[in-house]
Amino acid sequence: MVPALAIENLSKTYGNDFTALKGISLKVEQGDFFALLGPNGAGKSTTIGIICSLVDKTGGQVQVHGVDIDLDFAGAKKFLGVVPQEFNFNVFEKTRDILLTQAGYYGIPRTIAEERADHFLKKLGLWDKRNTASRMLSGGMKRRLMIARALIHQPKLLILDEPTAGVDIEMRRSMWEFLQEINASGTTIILTTHYLEEAEALCRNIAIINHGEIVENTSMKSLIRRLHREVFILDCRDDLPRSCAVEGFVTRQIDSHTLEVEVEKGQDLNTVFKSLSEQGICVQSMRNRANRLEEMFVNLVEGAKG
Amino acid sequence: MNAKEQYIAFMTILRKEIRRYTRIWTQTLLPSAITMSLYFVIFGSLVGSRIGEMGGFTYMQFVVPGLIMMAIVTNSYSNVVSSFFGSKFNNSIEELLVSPTPNYIILWGYIIGGVTRGLAVAVIVTVVALFFTHLSIYSFPVVIGIVTLTSVLFALAGFINAVFANSFDDISIVPTFVLTPLIYLGGVFYSLDLLPEFWRGVSQLNPLVYVVNAFRYGVLGVSDVSIEFAFGMIAAFTVVAYLYCMHLLNSGTRLRQ
Repeated sequence: MVPALAIENLSKTYGNDFTALKGISLKVEQGDFFALLGPNGAGKSTTIGIICSLVDKTGGQVQVHGVDIDLDFAGAKKFLGVVPQEFNFNVFEKTRDILLTQAGYYGIPRTIAEERADHFLKKLGLWDKRNTASRMLSGGMKRRLMIARALIHQPKLLILDEPTAGVDIEMRRSMWEFLQEINASGTTIILTTHYLEEAEALCRNIAIINHGEIVENTSMKSLIRRLHREVFILDCRDDLPRSCAVEGFVTRQIDSHTLEVEVEKGQDLNTVFKSLSEQGICVQSMRNRANRLEEMFVNLVEGAKG
Repeated sequence: MNAKEQYIAFMTILRKEIRRYTRIWTQTLLPSAITMSLYFVIFGSLVGSRIGEMGGFTYMQFVVPGLIMMAIVTNSYSNVVSSFFGSKFNNSIEELLVSPTPNYIILWGYIIGGVTRGLAVAVIVTVVALFFTHLSIYSFPVVIGIVTLTSVLFALAGFINAVFANSFDDISIVPTFVLTPLIYLGGVFYSLDLLPEFWRGVSQLNPLVYVVNAFRYGVLGVSDVSIEFAFGMIAAFTVVAYLYCMHLLNSGTRLRQ
């Protein structure tokens, strides 16, 4: 089976001599839910821009479902749906018209386009706004409109550039569910995001790009497995004794009711709870100090800087 | 894309363009009707009655073809320049660029959109003109040919302007400082025979002279320039402008990074 996306030695140097991509290679298999992460200016948007023809590459090769963009870009584009970071629709057009127009650009007959547009408008909670000028939509609705627009021609590969930026938590969760649903139906998804818990929750594979280079490309599971240390914050019911400690673990007392515990790879939380219980300390709740992936991400990016 | 898909894509762009200028008809269709009515009243009726005949016709009959052509030129141009630049400005042009629509379909979609607005305004202005004077057509083939070629040429020119424009100021500079002077000096209101020999020679360099005179020939049967030469010049300009527009699209000038 050909990969949904195959990038080989892709490079891009802009007119001002800034090199955004330094020969990156990447493969995304069909059906995957893939995260492309990196700090601002790392080269994520340039990569997406090249794949969907908004940026000219300097060198390298890109194939979408086996179709080389240098040989048949129109053919490659048929496989591709893109949800960009910035709103890029005509704000004076009505919501439904934006979808119908996009379908027309892909040569989809009007009757089929209308069926699909109505389906996605209902599915993404925009049906009531179908005859509303798009400028009147809320930020979350505009994001959903761009997702509907990207799906109108039923692409096999969907690329989303920070699709949940500025979207409230409830809406973000419902968008996650929708994306998981279309991924389950066979659409390959590539996601860039700054919300690392989003990547962890949705994606099976991940690439981290920094300064125009891929610094990590692996499965989400193996990346998480490589975490050596996690820090947990324990909220306790009663005042903690001054001498509170757990043997074999590094602990810090944050305030009279809160304790921070570092758990190294190979250690387990049962030991911590047992020790605290013996000291008469009752733990009411527990949470991670920071997102695990976030720590890993920072380490990788900082490591690349060094 | 196969032929049917390309046709659908073309009709989509065209439909979008027509929807755009009809939605804002008070800014796109109405102003020409009002402006031309004022021209007819002031230059045709009030001033024209004192000028007498020009080229064997009343002054009103003489200026009407030029004024219709002026409406076609400005509207074909301004429709494409404002629509395409607007798409660039709000980035909605990316909707087209990421799609498999071929570049020539994109170009023709915008061009024919501009042509339809030029023709719509021409019809409105002609109807207004009929309130002021009698109009008969001397040669339908010449009228149809020159209207089509001219509107395509100036729609292409508008496209070039839109590609290079960086701001809304840039899309009004050419119509204000280039197009309008060329139209006024292109023989809309006078016959070139009235000019001194030197200025008559200079006027031959103005492409609008050929456009206005060729159309006047189609309506009245008189022209200051050879009709064949006029057609040849306009056709040549159109081909060059089309090839340049295709080059801009294919190279992604000011559209892709």
